[in-house]
Amino acid sequence: MIQGIPIIHFLIVATIMFFVGVYGFLVRRNLITILMSIELMLNSVNINFVVFNKYLYPDQLQGHFFSLFVIAVAAAEADVAIAIIINVYRRFNDINVEDVSDMKY
Amino acid sequence: MSTNVLLFYLFAAVIVVFSILTVSSRKILRAATFLLFVLIATSAFYFMLRYTFLAAAQLTLYAGGIVVLIIFSILLTSHIGQKFDKIGFKKAFFSALVALFGAIMSIVAILQFDFPPTVASSTEELPVKEVGRSLMNYGEGGFVLPFEVISILLLAAMFAAIVIAKKKKD
Repeated sequence: MIQGIPIIHFLIVATIMFFVGVYGFLVRRNLITILMSIELMLNSVNINFVVFNKYLYPDQLQGHFFSLFVIAVAAAEADVAIAIIINVYRRFNDINVEDVSDMKY
Repeated sequence: MSTNVLLFYLFAAVIVVFSILTVSSRKILRAATFLLFVLIATSAFYFMLRYTFLAAAQLTLYAGGIVVLIIFSILLTSHIGQKFDKIGFKKAFFSALVALFGAIMSIVAILQFDFPPTVASSTEELPVKEVGRSLMNYGEGGFVLPFEVISILLLAAMFAAIVIAKKKKD
């Protein structure tokens, strides 16, 4: 734990970050910016896991490892998502979600 | 006020301000840079909590890997200097309403929840040796199964990315 910082402050920062990500997910129209909003949300959840681990159960490491695995999953997800985005760009010449409305041409 | 507290609020402010800028910037390359700042501040949080291995993984994988990947794909798919259209007022208003409502609900729930008392923990960093032993341990408190599953997942994701992004012969 950090001396002088209650757990609630961490949780509030993570909450704000998560819902900023939700706002970006709803508002943005570009596929890459939507991906960036998802990264924000994943990151805020990671903070929660780590803080719960450190503040409430410091002799165990479940939260720590869960965030480690979430980081790995996020890397895999970004990898595949960007491959798909590049393929979409090749076919439609654009990555706006409104222009990419048909699955098959 | 100790340095730790001061640094915490500094990084918290960085996270809040730059995450808002990430979703509101109208230039896509700037949005990616702001995302990088957010991820680095998160890694600073992990350093302050003395999980140094996790913080290093966050720096190398998120800030070093994913953001570079995103910037590469921006350069491949967008014109630099191109600005997004302004968001319609109706859409922005209702999305902000949804986000604000959710945030207020969550914060109220957090404030009312009765957390178990905080356990004082050591200020020593988590030794990397212990991390490695836990990852390879199959007994109590071991994580060898998720570790192996993640390795398969990463391999599958690598294949998937190559197959999807490959140019098809016509």
